[in-house]
Amino acid sequence: MEWLILKQWSPYLVGIGIGLLNCFAFLLSDKPLACSTAYSRTSGMIEGLCRGPKVTDKEYYKKFSPSIEWDWMLVLGIIIGAFISAMFSGQFRFEWVPGKWAEVFGEMPFARWIVAFIGGIVMGIGARWANGCTSGHGISGTLQLAVSSWLAAICFFIGGIVTAMLIY
Amino acid sequence: MLKALHARKEIQLILGLLLGIPFGFFLQKGGVTRFDVIIGQLLLTNFTVVKVMLSAVVTGMIGVHLLRSFGLATLHPKSGSFGSSVMGGLIFGVGFGLLGYCPGTIAGAVGQGSLDGLFGGMAGIIVGAGLFAQVYPRLNSSILKKGDFGELTLPQLFKVNPWIIILPVAMGIVALLLWIEKLGL
Repeated sequence: MEWLILKQWSPYLVGIGIGLLNCFAFLLSDKPLACSTAYSRTSGMIEGLCRGPKVTDKEYYKKFSPSIEWDWMLVLGIIIGAFISAMFSGQFRFEWVPGKWAEVFGEMPFARWIVAFIGGIVMGIGARWANGCTSGHGISGTLQLAVSSWLAAICFFIGGIVTAMLIY
Repeated sequence: MLKALHARKEIQLILGLLLGIPFGFFLQKGGVTRFDVIIGQLLLTNFTVVKVMLSAVVTGMIGVHLLRSFGLATLHPKSGSFGSSVMGGLIFGVGFGLLGYCPGTIAGAVGQGSLDGLFGGMAGIIVGAGLFAQVYPRLNSSILKKGDFGELTLPQLFKVNPWIIILPVAMGIVALLLWIEKLGL
């Protein structure tokens, strides 16, 4: 069982594993692996806590109901799975500032927090605007040969590469 | 098709969790739940993310289309338009560069203890998704419909059997990965 405690596996092995998981998702759940819808549901659930059941009047939440669904459980599972993997390999640790960020901008947690938060907002808008993210479009959509997904995935990387090159 | 299984709501919730756990496990073992690895990809110095994604695409593309040939799976291509896929994709990309995680890998990052991921990025994505829901009716009647092409797939676009596209795409991806390895990236 030594492979369980390895810090890193071959990226190809991991990719093949994710590809097979996608096959199981289609077979057992009739769904592609995708993550960003869960964030819309969460925002709707939080809004529901503040504004009550009126939230379901919003056109977007009619499309994606603000409730715990398959995709929400999938994202919860990712947190648990990554936690198990990190515990096995002894990599679990609380971290405010990732190494590469600290090299360029220093160890100040506040600066990293604010940029991560703003980046998250932009990403949340973009993911819903494009109707998918790196998993839903980038992997699950491209493997179905969807035109929308190939276009979106290419644009994710164009936008990401240009932004990262400007910042670092 | 396991239609009866697909209709069982409670079992589907458990299946979502059971598929998510190995997904998160794989992402963490692949190293792609780490900020440094993702930013390395966007700076074109570390190609781990591309290696994981493209090998998942080749495996899944062949596997899902085989399931479909045996009548065991239905495709769900997302509808798109230039206004939605291109504009949204570029906006997402800016967020990708700023945050250094994506909506799936950030969940994995949180699982391994990332606090900037939890209180920064994850909170931000939820706020962003909420803001989008707020402006959705206005966007949906304008920009999101620009250049609409619907749930189009490449085989439909070129009016060919899916395997005519799958085989060259798979070979192209394998060749690209071999080239990346040869360059030592």
